Amino acid sequence: MSPHSLDPNVRVAYINARLLDPTTGLDGMGGVLTEGERIVEAQEGLFADSVPDDAKVIDCNGMCLAPGLVDMRVHMSGQNLNATGSAAVAGGITTAVCLPGTTPVIDDPTVVESVARSARKAGLVKVYPYGAITKGLKGQELAEMGMLAESGAVAFTDGNRAIENSRTMVQALSYSATFGLMLVEHPEDPTLAAGGVMTEGETATRLGLTGIPPEAEAIIVDRDIRLAKMTGGRLHFAHVSTAESVELIRRAKDTGLTVTCDTAPPYFALNETAVGDYRTFAKLSPPLRSEADREAIVAGLKDGAIDAIASDHCPMSEDLKRLPFADAANGGVGMETLLAVTLELVHNGHLSLLEALGLISTHPAELLGLPAGSLKAGSAADLVVFDPNVGWQVKDTVLHSKAKNTPFDGRPLQGRVLRTVIDGRTVFKIGS
Amino acid sequence: MSDTAFDSSVYPLPHLLGIEGLSPVDIALFLDRADQYVDKNRQRGMMLDTLKGRTIMNLFFENSTRTRTSFELAGKRLGAEVINMSVSTSSIKKGETLIDTAMTLNAMHPDVLVVRHGSSGAVKLLSEKVNCAVINAGDGRHEHPTQALLDALTIRRRRGQLDGLQVAICGDILHSRVARSNIHLLNTLGARVRLIAPKTLLPTDAELLGAEVFHDMKAGLKDCDVVMMLRLQTERMKTNFFPTVREYYHFYGLDNEKLSSAKPDALIMHPGPMNRGVEISSEVADDIGRSAIREQVEMGVAVRMACLEVLCNNLDRELLS
Repeated sequence: MSPHSLDPNVRVAYINARLLDPTTGLDGMGGVLTEGERIVEAQEGLFADSVPDDAKVIDCNGMCLAPGLVDMRVHMSGQNLNATGSAAVAGGITTAVCLPGTTPVIDDPTVVESVARSARKAGLVKVYPYGAITKGLKGQELAEMGMLAESGAVAFTDGNRAIENSRTMVQALSYSATFGLMLVEHPEDPTLAAGGVMTEGETATRLGLTGIPPEAEAIIVDRDIRLAKMTGGRLHFAHVSTAESVELIRRAKDTGLTVTCDTAPPYFALNETAVGDYRTFAKLSPPLRSEADREAIVAGLKDGAIDAIASDHCPMSEDLKRLPFADAANGGVGMETLLAVTLELVHNGHLSLLEALGLISTHPAELLGLPAGSLKAGSAADLVVFDPNVGWQVKDTVLHSKAKNTPFDGRPLQGRVLRTVIDGRTVFKIGS
Repeated sequence: MSDTAFDSSVYPLPHLLGIEGLSPVDIALFLDRADQYVDKNRQRGMMLDTLKGRTIMNLFFENSTRTRTSFELAGKRLGAEVINMSVSTSSIKKGETLIDTAMTLNAMHPDVLVVRHGSSGAVKLLSEKVNCAVINAGDGRHEHPTQALLDALTIRRRRGQLDGLQVAICGDILHSRVARSNIHLLNTLGARVRLIAPKTLLPTDAELLGAEVFHDMKAGLKDCDVVMMLRLQTERMKTNFFPTVREYYHFYGLDNEKLSSAKPDALIMHPGPMNRGVEISSEVADDIGRSAIREQVEMGVAVRMACLEVLCNNLDRELLS
């Protein structure tokens, strides 16, 4: 039990809420009762007439109440777990999965334990760590995946590096399959992408920047689908960004192969033109792609070829972004915009509200086997209350994250987190 | 004839190149004969003249101490002349040179060539070029028939028969000729075979050889009668078959905890040499009640005596073309 845990007998009644549970398809007005760290009941019509007098009452005023968001791709550095945690809960995220590129790298069982311990101490978002596929993320020698898993690593990835050597990938897939664990691949052929700073095409040519061809992504997706089939390994692609890779994954799924993928908001809400006049906040890995690629990502989210959306939250100091474009670091913060940018897909009529919420809570939880993403009785009382319609503009002054490097800087969005609850305890409230 | 005489006419081949393809009768012939030598070998000063006048050449292209010594002793106990040829691996790498060596040795008219080679199929290739009997003492990751026979003799003497026994072979199956020979032999004699290893140390389609495959050691060992451990052949590995020895031992090292899921009287075997603390713990390797590891070495000499005798008797039957 964490030092922040509640009195196990405290009961809270969330009343007058639009309940949304992607696991059951529930979408209706009702209430939720929590006791200590657990959900006791979440039902349509609950507390419509009366409220238990032994419970603390939180009136949701007709706003949406859903399972807390599950973010399966977050870059964290060990030192600022508190800053990461406040950004997460401000974004309605109650569970975050930490990439292994921490200092030190999560390639040893003791580091898994220390990351989990610091997260518990921070007492905000629940943090689960990925383990490294290879020692030091160097792509050479396999990390101790079996023992990392026993210590709590939920899946394996080398973060923003693909496994370059095909033989090493075969061994990594075979070895992880031994323990029934999932590998998460960053699909980018490092030899083809070398030196590139944005997607290859007209914009790169006009700006005089070195391009990363979309083929760099498709090559690894294609190769790894074949290797997963050959080895029986469980494979997931992170942040797919091109039309061709979505199509390759869609076809692999059609043949019955268990292969999954996620994308991140920039890849369905922005395209290469966001780089504009050398905006380094729009320098991401993978790079922002063409409009046709963006449309293919939206289509993949609609038809299920893409399984989940992750923030790909990657805080960078100003020093690393206020540089000539080619020298600036990759990455953008994303946890506080994850919900609102995903809701654009709802406002634009591409997805239902339940479908959109499934992509950022239930699906990633299921992919990684995490106890999250549901309002069912007995689940952890991890909740988000949000207004799906209210407008706001992304600005450095409204972000809780210490780093402000968002590719959505200045964008008007619709949908805002009002309250975030973790294990029955309110950890974020608008205005707080 | 002496009391060692017997009818070997049922073994139909001039060589012993592998277990695959042998019938239960062929295998029983070697085992029955070897069984008789076990007791004889326990008598001090025992020396027979069964193979008097025969010449056996040990031709080892790979380093070996125990197998070579075992064959040498087997030949000498039967009264044969035994010559050891150690060929450095660097001088012989290509098929042509191997054949040249074979022709040269053949011109010296040995009766039996005992050959070990690092390449799968090399012993068969050599056997096609000589007109003496050839025994495969291990070729690459293909077969090691006398090891499988001595393992079978060890089990048969302890358990009476192999039929119906549940046998687990654990560890580096991928690089193991011992595993391949044992899978064939155990299946032929009616035992049920399980293979336990991480996927990286299992060959493709291992289950098609006639075995159940497990990655979880405790699940694989459940109710087993015999546990055969294999040595991690790090000299045959490049990289990434497993992350570290620490992790390997944690998941695949045989210790009392994992062994507790096998039958309480399960027999523990290892072809040697053992890496203690890598694939097997000392407490298990030295368990006098259950470990048959030293007995396997003893059976090895008896089995090799039987093989030499059977093949020498066959020399007069003009099986060689």
